Amino acid sequence: MKMFSVDSVSETDPPAKSQTLSDSPSDRDLASQPPSDHSDRPSLSSEPALGPGHSTRCVHGGEGRQNPAGSITTPIFTASTFTFESTAQLLDFVEGRQQREEYGRYGNPNERVVEAKLAQLEGAEEAVLYSSGMAAIVGLLMSKLSAGDEIVFFDQCYHRSREFCGKHLAKFGVVTRQVPTGDFAAMEAAITPRTKMLVSESPTNPHLSCIDLEQFVAIGKAHEVETLIDATLATPMNVRPIDYGVDYVWHSATKYLGGHNDLLAGVLCGRKELLEPVRSLRGCLGSINSPQNLYLLQRGLKTFALRMARHNENGLAVAKFLDSHPRVERVYYPGLPSHPSHQIAVDQMNGFGGLITFTVKDADWRETSRVVDAAQVARIAPSLGGAESLIEQPLVMSYFHYSPEERARFGIADNMIRFSCGIEDSEDLIADLDRALAAR
Amino acid sequence: MHGQEASESMDQARDPSPSKLSKPVTPADPSLASFRTRAVHVGQEVDASTGAVVPPIHFASTFRQPGAGVWGQYDYSRSGNPTRTALQTTLASLDDGVGSLAFSSGMAAIHAVTMLFRSGDHVVAGADLYGGAYRLLHQICDRAGLEVTLVDLTDLEAVRQAVRPSTRMIWGETIGNPRLTIPDWPTIADFARHKGLMTGVDNTFGTPALLRPLNWGVDIVMHSATKYLGGHSDCLGGTLAVSDQDLFDRLYFIQNATGAVLDPMSCFLISRGLKTLDLRIREQSSTALRLAQWLAEHPKVRSVLYPGLPDHPHHARARTLFSHSQPEGETAFGAMITFELNESLQRVASVCQSTRLFHLAVSLGAVESLIEQPATMSHASYDAAARARFGITDGLIRLSVGLESFDDLRDDLQRAFETADSSE
Repeated sequence: MKMFSVDSVSETDPPAKSQTLSDSPSDRDLASQPPSDHSDRPSLSSEPALGPGHSTRCVHGGEGRQNPAGSITTPIFTASTFTFESTAQLLDFVEGRQQREEYGRYGNPNERVVEAKLAQLEGAEEAVLYSSGMAAIVGLLMSKLSAGDEIVFFDQCYHRSREFCGKHLAKFGVVTRQVPTGDFAAMEAAITPRTKMLVSESPTNPHLSCIDLEQFVAIGKAHEVETLIDATLATPMNVRPIDYGVDYVWHSATKYLGGHNDLLAGVLCGRKELLEPVRSLRGCLGSINSPQNLYLLQRGLKTFALRMARHNENGLAVAKFLDSHPRVERVYYPGLPSHPSHQIAVDQMNGFGGLITFTVKDADWRETSRVVDAAQVARIAPSLGGAESLIEQPLVMSYFHYSPEERARFGIADNMIRFSCGIEDSEDLIADLDRALAAR
Repeated sequence: MHGQEASESMDQARDPSPSKLSKPVTPADPSLASFRTRAVHVGQEVDASTGAVVPPIHFASTFRQPGAGVWGQYDYSRSGNPTRTALQTTLASLDDGVGSLAFSSGMAAIHAVTMLFRSGDHVVAGADLYGGAYRLLHQICDRAGLEVTLVDLTDLEAVRQAVRPSTRMIWGETIGNPRLTIPDWPTIADFARHKGLMTGVDNTFGTPALLRPLNWGVDIVMHSATKYLGGHSDCLGGTLAVSDQDLFDRLYFIQNATGAVLDPMSCFLISRGLKTLDLRIREQSSTALRLAQWLAEHPKVRSVLYPGLPDHPHHARARTLFSHSQPEGETAFGAMITFELNESLQRVASVCQSTRLFHLAVSLGAVESLIEQPATMSHASYDAAARARFGITDGLIRLSVGLESFDDLRDDLQRAFETADSSE
């Protein structure tokens, strides 16, 4: 990979040498840096200086120590294509003697840096980025499944995941079997010789059920079926499914990873060998990110550990407040002992995240909507995981066009509210909800 | 705004009201009162036309007008731009000011302040001053006949004696650079008010999260937004905030007339950075305190200058000033540390070049930790005599503590000390 070659940059773009305060001190430290242009992907293992601290990895992980022109941040490579000096150099590339960039759809220096950072945070060999979370799951399943194959899903899940598998994959002859969340006996019973993948979220959306990952993986291994966890709500700060042997970890990076409600992205993490064909298909399908978007994601990841700690604190504080509020019927938050999968969450998570679902006592859907409307700090919007708190009523936001029977099957109650804690002060969020709950 | 042909009277007619561009949004909702919540929400209103939860970036250089001679809120981006207004509104709220102005760099912001004065006017400036401000005052403003006296602002008697009949302003830093001195700004501001002088402070090291000098009676607070406000080493910017509308209008006139405004992309990046400012500076301060304590015990270290250490010469004052702006929780003292090694200039340079986590670079305030030698880097524009006089010794090292973990940063410094030893 030539992307961080100091030599090639200094030939064409020598750093300014004026006598100014902001001068780079000298070329000494450029020269003393080991060249990073031979590694395929920058990684912590080639950077012994980096310690194991979460936040240290968020700031430095995956990044070249020395960037072109000595830039402290990764430059945004807007190039759609990458030039070769000569046919000889092109032959070096096509015959595999040199790894480097070729065309933007197959890879970009900004993409490689963010993928390396995410892989390190996740404890995975490899990460593959997509233009959205849905593009990531589509990319994975289109790569791994063929007509006649089957997948088994736990039924609490993002409604678009369900829609894609149930409606669109079905057109290609893929069979989707849904079983009750956390019912491993049902999952095992649904496995047939054609089953290729077991799929779950943990925690699930919007019920925040946590899946016992050891058991999940054990079933997959026993039946030689690959496993996929959507860990968007957990993030690698709270749980790293790879450590449990899960094959694929999937995130909507739009949420906590980007963290500022200002970009869309998705990512798959796992073993290099398993993701190679997935990456290859992405190069064909083209659901990639722009370099500008990747830079914003990288920038967001720098404060990820810090933000996530805050989301976790806010989540727990707000959940406890709601739990004690007379107008709240039920709170779904894995950090509360009342949650059915609290013990699993305690055993396998470092924190419980910023998403809380609750129901309003004796309220119909209109009365519930008045609580949503009365919030002044939280804004009404779908999505979650950003700096700004968001509030929504799943019935209206995501399930409005489903029948009451379907909603009952998915566990979407009329009086249900989903609250995504941002990074504001806990007291302000609690005061906001307290005021909102007074609305009739 | 306005092309060069625009007459003065047209300027008056076409200027959008500065107060309209900068008025802080006073939250109708009292729950927006806390700093961190305001940093996320104030000025960053949902876009009315689309509901976008993050305001769009307006790259427009000019704005279509409702009619000939009828001016909309924005006309030309030098005069006002919605993305800049969003940032300025957030900052005015965070600085507790009536308004804020965003400039293309911290130096552009300081320069705008100096343009309030005229030939023959005199400025008293702090001796523990950023090298770029020193250069501006001594090599640029002197050409316009502005006179400058540098004094130790922690010596109130010296400040009194430096004031002349022509003195117009006392300028300095809330936390000095690089010796991290803490002047008694409330007293200086009080003194200046009685003398009819203006006070201005560079609060870059303090940040509005830790220190809000307008509440001490200081007239102008300036930040290099390049540092903690942006916080990610990826944009330049400078800001001024004031608590007096008339002074704001004068500064806005200077900014609009001289044009060093901040571009929309940088405004967006700084607004984005402000959302995590409070989280970042508190975490970085907490790591800095632990590093300062570790350095103070280290046999190689002659002295450590960190306002949070009890043996800092102004620790008691620092405790009062910092806790004044942070009534709740642990008091944070900032994330800059200066320390001195018992070593030669060359050996100190060698330590600075041997870290593998700290980047060797000027600037500060970002998520990545930085290390530098003031004598050869940030303060190289001081001449040797001035360096000696103001305590910028060859053995000095300045650290900007980032978001990495304490253990990783400590190990990196220890390794750098050892590497410099073994290369002897």
